[in-house]
Amino acid sequence: MTYTSDEKHFELTVNGSKHQVKDSFLGASLLSVLRDHIGMTGSKGACEEGECGSCSVLLDGNLVCSCLVLAASVTQSSIVTIEGLGGATDVQQAFVECGAIQCGFCSPGLVMAATNLLDRNPDPDVDDVREALAGNLCRCTGYGRILDAVQVAVDGRKRNKL
Amino acid sequence: MSDLEIRESVVRGGIGQSPLRPDGVSKAEGSYLFSSDLSADNMLIGKTLRSPHQHARILSIDTSKALAMQGVHTVITADDVPGKPTYGLISSDQPVFAGEVVRYIGEPIAAVVADDEDICARAIAAIDVVYETLPALTDARFAADPESMEIHPDGNVIREQNVVCGDLSVVGDVIVEDRYTIGMQDQAFLGLEAALAIPDADGAGVECHVATQWLHEDLAQIAACLDLPETAIRMVLGGVGGAFGGREDISLQVHVCLLALATGRPVKMHYSRSESFLGHVHRHPAEIWMRHHATQDGRIVKIEAEFIFDGGAYASTSSAVLVNAVTHTQGPYKCDNAYVRGVAVRTNNLPCGAMRGFGVVQACFAHERQMDLLAQKCNLEPLEIRRRNAMATGDRLITGQTVESVAPVREIIAGLAAIPEPSETLHSNGHPYGLPGGAGNTTRSSDVVRGVGYGLAIKNLMYSEAFDDYSTARCRLDDGVITLKFATAEVGQGFITIAAQIARSTLGLEDVRLDPIDTGVGSAGSTSASRQTWMSGGAVEAACLKVRQLIFEHVAATTGGDAFALVIEGDTLVNTTNGQRWPMLQIVSGLVIDEEVEFRHRPTVPLDENGQGDCHTAFAFVGHRAVVDVDVELGLVRVVEIATVQDVGRALNPLSVTGQIEGGIAQGLGLALMEEIIQRDGRIMNPSFTDYLIPTIADMPPVVAQLIEIPDPQAPMGAKGVGEPPTISSTPAIISAIQNAMNRSGGADTHLTRVPIRPSDIAKAVNSNLRD
Repeated sequence: MTYTSDEKHFELTVNGSKHQVKDSFLGASLLSVLRDHIGMTGSKGACEEGECGSCSVLLDGNLVCSCLVLAASVTQSSIVTIEGLGGATDVQQAFVECGAIQCGFCSPGLVMAATNLLDRNPDPDVDDVREALAGNLCRCTGYGRILDAVQVAVDGRKRNKL
Repeated sequence: MSDLEIRESVVRGGIGQSPLRPDGVSKAEGSYLFSSDLSADNMLIGKTLRSPHQHARILSIDTSKALAMQGVHTVITADDVPGKPTYGLISSDQPVFAGEVVRYIGEPIAAVVADDEDICARAIAAIDVVYETLPALTDARFAADPESMEIHPDGNVIREQNVVCGDLSVVGDVIVEDRYTIGMQDQAFLGLEAALAIPDADGAGVECHVATQWLHEDLAQIAACLDLPETAIRMVLGGVGGAFGGREDISLQVHVCLLALATGRPVKMHYSRSESFLGHVHRHPAEIWMRHHATQDGRIVKIEAEFIFDGGAYASTSSAVLVNAVTHTQGPYKCDNAYVRGVAVRTNNLPCGAMRGFGVVQACFAHERQMDLLAQKCNLEPLEIRRRNAMATGDRLITGQTVESVAPVREIIAGLAAIPEPSETLHSNGHPYGLPGGAGNTTRSSDVVRGVGYGLAIKNLMYSEAFDDYSTARCRLDDGVITLKFATAEVGQGFITIAAQIARSTLGLEDVRLDPIDTGVGSAGSTSASRQTWMSGGAVEAACLKVRQLIFEHVAATTGGDAFALVIEGDTLVNTTNGQRWPMLQIVSGLVIDEEVEFRHRPTVPLDENGQGDCHTAFAFVGHRAVVDVDVELGLVRVVEIATVQDVGRALNPLSVTGQIEGGIAQGLGLALMEEIIQRDGRIMNPSFTDYLIPTIADMPPVVAQLIEIPDPQAPMGAKGVGEPPTISSTPAIISAIQNAMNRSGGADTHLTRVPIRPSDIAKAVNSNLRD
């Protein structure tokens, strides 16, 4: 359904900025509003039913699949997308340097999930990492370099603390 | 400091190193544009109406209600295709839109273009199609029967190919045989099909940005259907989110270009996950019968086999897939006598075509299960039977072709034997991930049995059977900066990284830039058949070598020396007659050289009716060892580790090679344990990532990978393609390991013959045996 009126529907706080969403179907997912209405295409859609994690964003600090969130229901929340990480974070650098990226379609979601894990648990063991990233599908890498990248980021943060 | 100080003359980011991929940062940061991320001003959205019937005659299509809807710009059907009504990679047998008959559930019938996605969906629902349903042909074996009804004007049989060689009267002391089943696997690339078509202002042409494996092949097929000269269409590679064979065929390319030309506005089409399952070809489901004859000491003396491949409704690459299967029947083993029959047929099932491994996955599953049977029958260890039969360079295949490629099969076997096995106690270390079935299931450590199994494979590289296989690359040197231009589809594999490495090493210059990947240069061929490192890598190298020769001639002319005396060492030009050295950057200052090369591999020939002929270009070899823990009562499997030894020729980028190996193994594990498109009467029962499962990070075990680097004299830079082999023998290795666990549990004498294996396949066999 399209709305032609310019009446304000709702407002989202994405990466610290307020975005007026005027022309969206009220039943639209956060993923489609981010991509098609706000123009942030960093979050990817590969299943649109919460199985692949490509659309992962932080909602008030919690990792969620934005394809499963009704956009109009999160007007009071703080939303952080891949664009909101600021770029060149330790996790992103580790992904690039360790060969964790091939086609890259899953990468934004995996970077969000790994970042969220490290913020919650600065010293995860390999099973913790598997658990935290088990909701993110990657079809290219077989995950070996992704595990490596997370470990490199963990080690880097530990070194910086010393 | 003296001027004579010897600098270390290395070029940073050359071959053999692992420089970072040039698109890595933008992919990690989410700013890289995949084809699904593209948009244009004034853009419309297109969507496809697909057949709900497996086989039906179309009596009428009424688009009037859809056309009358506000926001709908047009609706097109078969009547609106101005040029050739069909397309196809090998034979042009697939309609752009079904006009008279639909042959599979999901076949495109019409496309709408509207202001947005929602209007598209309602317009699609408003198109009224009247069908007369027809009986459907769903069983490939029936389809091959000459008595069966024909479902396509070209007939049901896409290709029959036998391979007959040697003395067929030979009978072995030991004979083993069985029937094998391979389910339909999906490429399941994450980046769904998407394209943006932008019409020229005068309406005479179109620019199409699309995620594909082969821009020029798309171009030729689109041009024919649009009835436009190829010069009127420009193809640009949209960011590709994985491919694995599933983007070799046309999906939405013709539709989106037609809609853009019909409306005079940019049009984007993108598939949902469920539509993607209908929109691309899959790995062929296959039924294979195989019988091995051997001596008492386990030497193969004859192989007999029969392959039936279900190609689905249209041909796609079925004929080439079949050739790969029948010509790889023997695996990486010597065999002098063979009688192999193969057929690929049309049915009213989903069309099948290319997927990583391309026919060899199916053949390898059967021959490796057979090798295990033979080992058992001859009382030999699985690696020993493989060692006794191992092929070597110079051996003749059952096609009569001599293996000229480096064939380190014995080295692979020795390598696998030397890799230590993981500790027995992994599954009891506490974390539920260590148990078969993971955290959500009910496995107890006491029910878990360890198994070890092996798989070996041979895989042809590049295209076969006299196909004019070439790749084009252009190298421009301008004042020390190299710019490469090629149409090679980067689908994630990392060709763009190694292209720059090759240029750096060949020219001793570090600043390499890549032009956009589009049809502004000659074809690179497809990103498939493990061919781009060899073919486009070879083209880039050849173009750079031409540039290098001109640099040498320029230096010789200006310094009065001999061009043949010059070499590049790292980043330094060296005159070998007098030891004089110059930094390359200084030498090329101000020079502008531009060279383009078409690179071809050696010619091949078609198979004759007995399957004889030098049909393949080159071969690569690989072996896998799987260690699994199996809950034999519940039929649950946890893969503990995969060890692999792979013949790579030379690793141009070791990190990329590792990535191909680990990623390929994940897809082999998927086929072994979980991945299958289930069709019921031609309808996919699991067209989603909820029901079509691919391995997660919790399913993937550690991979221990060892590379065999014996540079292949026929390969540019000695490097073989590495993409497909990891997927091929990892699957039978895992099944073999499960079989080993079942045997050790005192359970089954049932021989496992199907992938993906289902829990019931294990549990039924073991439990029934225990009850007896």
